[in-house]
Amino acid sequence: MTLDYQLIWQNLPLYLNGVALTLKVLLISLACGLALAIPLALMRVSRTCLLRYPAWLYTYVIRGTPMLVQLFLVYYGLAQFEAVRQSPLWPYLSSATFCTCLAFAINTSAYSAELLAGSLRSTPRGEVEAARAMGMSRLTLYRRILLPSALRRALPQYSNEVLMMLQTTSLASIVTLVDITGAAKTFNARYYLPFEAFITAGLIYLALTFMLVRLFKLAERHWLAYLAPRKH
Amino acid sequence: MLHGYGSSILDGAWLSVSLALLAMALAIGLGLFGAACRLSPLRWLAGLGEVYATVVRGIPDLVLILLVFYGGQDLVNRLALALGYQQYIDINPFVAGVCTMGFIFGAYLSETFRGAFLAIPKGQAEAGAAYGMSGLQVFWRISLPQMVRLALPGFTNNWLVLTKSTALISVIGLQDMMFKAKNAADATHQPFTFFLAVAALYLLLTSVSLLLLRGVEQRYSVGFKAAEL
Repeated sequence: MTLDYQLIWQNLPLYLNGVALTLKVLLISLACGLALAIPLALMRVSRTCLLRYPAWLYTYVIRGTPMLVQLFLVYYGLAQFEAVRQSPLWPYLSSATFCTCLAFAINTSAYSAELLAGSLRSTPRGEVEAARAMGMSRLTLYRRILLPSALRRALPQYSNEVLMMLQTTSLASIVTLVDITGAAKTFNARYYLPFEAFITAGLIYLALTFMLVRLFKLAERHWLAYLAPRKH
Repeated sequence: MLHGYGSSILDGAWLSVSLALLAMALAIGLGLFGAACRLSPLRWLAGLGEVYATVVRGIPDLVLILLVFYGGQDLVNRLALALGYQQYIDINPFVAGVCTMGFIFGAYLSETFRGAFLAIPKGQAEAGAAYGMSGLQVFWRISLPQMVRLALPGFTNNWLVLTKSTALISVIGLQDMMFKAKNAADATHQPFTFFLAVAALYLLLTSVSLLLLRGVEQRYSVGFKAAEL
């Protein structure tokens, strides 16, 4: 069996637009997710029960249910309520791109919050004690010491989360968006060449994965240089 | 309950659970095989295991599911035609689902198992060899039982991800709880209610798995003390 790559070349714009959409959805949801994750992580490590338990429940429920169900709840589910359909937000909530980014952002916020909380908890005791001895208030302590250090140390795990999110973006194709997977589906529907269609998509995802891995290696070398093993 | 769709969704839930269990059984087999390949002294075998783990983990589940379903359909029918079989063959989404999920999570598990094998002190296998056991005997009697304890945290994680990923098989037409809920939602115009019910079922499934596997973990950690920090 031979693969027909002539047609893939002819349909390259279809795939390239897919790559652009995948990256757009990925970046938006990661940015919003991280912005949500930081306060959530702080709640998660808080000593106040009223802050800690809601954050725990949020991450537990989101991490315990499939992404597809969350996406369907946002995309199909919200329209069930008259109040949502009447609200000024409806033009956004009826758009597939907006709903997808929203659902993905909620999903990644739970996972990122959990790994950030872990990173906050593993802050070396001495760093906090030193900051207290310098007379820093709690707010200053978090702003200057805890958060910068925890965010840096969370980088290797966060890179895993980003790679998982890249794969998750393929679900966008289920709610009609033409991302990389959507492009492959369109190609397959047009020519009925499943191998060419999906293997091309898989190779593009692999290439993106390798690029992201490389990018995070560079970021780690920059921000985590102080943790690297000493070179004699 | 749920406008009479409750029992149909529960049927779907049973299908999801059996799919997850069968896929996991396949994944454990493939994962052990993959880990053995990657740890093998033969260069080409180790390379093959490495390619399997890297490629599968770098491609989204959904793409692989669609590839196996549509591509497999195409391949089976071409083969059937070549063998002189005239009728069109439809691939069963359940079988396609079990095979794809097993194949994908085999790659993830090979990583978990490899890490666990490497974490077993070298002296254990050497002691086995000193007793005159063959490589296979050392693997079966010494390494494997100890590996279980070390691999359990990673295994738990993979099982939870696999359980949740079964929802994707509804995309190729398996009548699991996701599929049934979508039908019920379309019929009653109450998508939120039905997808929330499915979410609750999945949450129940993951919570129960977590509790059970934590019990197993404790069982296998008897005799091991965690370091006091």
